[in-house]
Amino acid sequence: MKLLEMLGYYNYWVFAILLAIGLYAVIRKTNLIKKLIGLSIFQSAVFLMYITMDKVEGGTAPIIQAGVENPIFSNPLPQVLILTAIVVGVSTLSLGLAMVVRIKECYGTIEENEILDAD
Amino acid sequence: MIYIFALFLLTLLVITAVAIVRTEDLFVSVILTSIFSLLMAINFFILDAADVALTEAAVGAGVTTVIFLCALALTGDQEKPQKEGQNRGQKVALVVVGFLALLIIYSTFDNPRLGDPDAPVHQHVAPWYLEKTPEYMDFPNVVTAILSSFRGYDTLGEVFVVFAACIGVLFILGVSPPRKSLQVSVRKSGLRHHLIPQVVGRLLIPFIVLFGLYTQFHGEYGPGGGFQAGALIATGVILYALLEGEAEALRAVPRRVLLGMVVGGALLYGSVGVVCMLMGGSFLDYSVLAADPVWGQQLGILIIEAGVGMAVCGALLSIFHAFAARERLT
Repeated sequence: MKLLEMLGYYNYWVFAILLAIGLYAVIRKTNLIKKLIGLSIFQSAVFLMYITMDKVEGGTAPIIQAGVENPIFSNPLPQVLILTAIVVGVSTLSLGLAMVVRIKECYGTIEENEILDAD
Repeated sequence: MIYIFALFLLTLLVITAVAIVRTEDLFVSVILTSIFSLLMAINFFILDAADVALTEAAVGAGVTTVIFLCALALTGDQEKPQKEGQNRGQKVALVVVGFLALLIIYSTFDNPRLGDPDAPVHQHVAPWYLEKTPEYMDFPNVVTAILSSFRGYDTLGEVFVVFAACIGVLFILGVSPPRKSLQVSVRKSGLRHHLIPQVVGRLLIPFIVLFGLYTQFHGEYGPGGGFQAGALIATGVILYALLEGEAEALRAVPRRVLLGMVVGGALLYGSVGVVCMLMGGSFLDYSVLAADPVWGQQLGILIIEAGVGMAVCGALLSIFHAFAARERLT
């Protein structure tokens, strides 16, 4: 039973590890596209944390059905926040990619250290 | 049983993320990102977030991958290997992120466990939303109700962020590229000469677009809504562009129609709010739109969801075309 209780935290552990992996790519990789991929992993980790919080034991998706006695629903609020955040995430990501494309055109490279050398 | 499956999926997520960061081939990295998003979508679904799973599958696994690939075609798909002298930096980075991860894991023991019904997050406004949705809006999907009415301000803000990001991309990539640089290979337009993608894709496109329209107009009753519908329809059109070439897609949906959708969608959302004010309510209070407040809510939500769908679809497609056009010019 103790083990099962520990597994209740597994989602949060995965969140922490994904966050660390994303952050590692952002601070360590010199390739700008790789940095953006790292950033999107970081972002997904945060999404996972929010959606983990919404779960209620024995609940279902928050869509009300007629004729069900005492229904249990998972929390709809984190879902709303993350739903919009995903779409906003892709638009801001593409803004970043657009800048990377322009950097490539101006400097001929997207490796951070070479860009710094060129300046 | 389902939780064991979830544990398996979460472990796969971590493995995929490590592989994404480790590989030096950016193309492999991007394809793995797509798999990562798909795994994440299944996880969301297991955690009861059907709407979010739908969005993540359409946006994360579909649109993001295509936009990444478009960018890779312009910047080259190989990462330069790290030089020898930088290993110390790597150790420092590993120690820092490892320490951070351990710190967060340590702090999770104070969190309520997964599925705990007494967790603070379930005590605040969420029960009120669940209770009042049938009374105020009279439709089943609480997520749509919160998204478009209870928290309509937030969503208006998000739509404007999407709008602003789209305009930003168009500005940044709108300048004509320098003629010299870039040794990226010029590719043939579309997959016109590949039989299998051609046949399968053609069969799929109408159903993808139809499913998008279904999620748009059925969003009040099942999982779905403007954000998902916009992303799904954009995916369908992008698939068409990949199969037939970008010029054909632009002939089907011209650029000024796309811009009109982005601007018109955001404007439609905002103007519904203003109309609400003119009719004596507060900003984005749809109850005043019709004689019966419930009808007013439903009408308002229908219109603003249409605005959201148009804005998202137009923005994603405009961004895609901006990258694709760049490729053709250089």
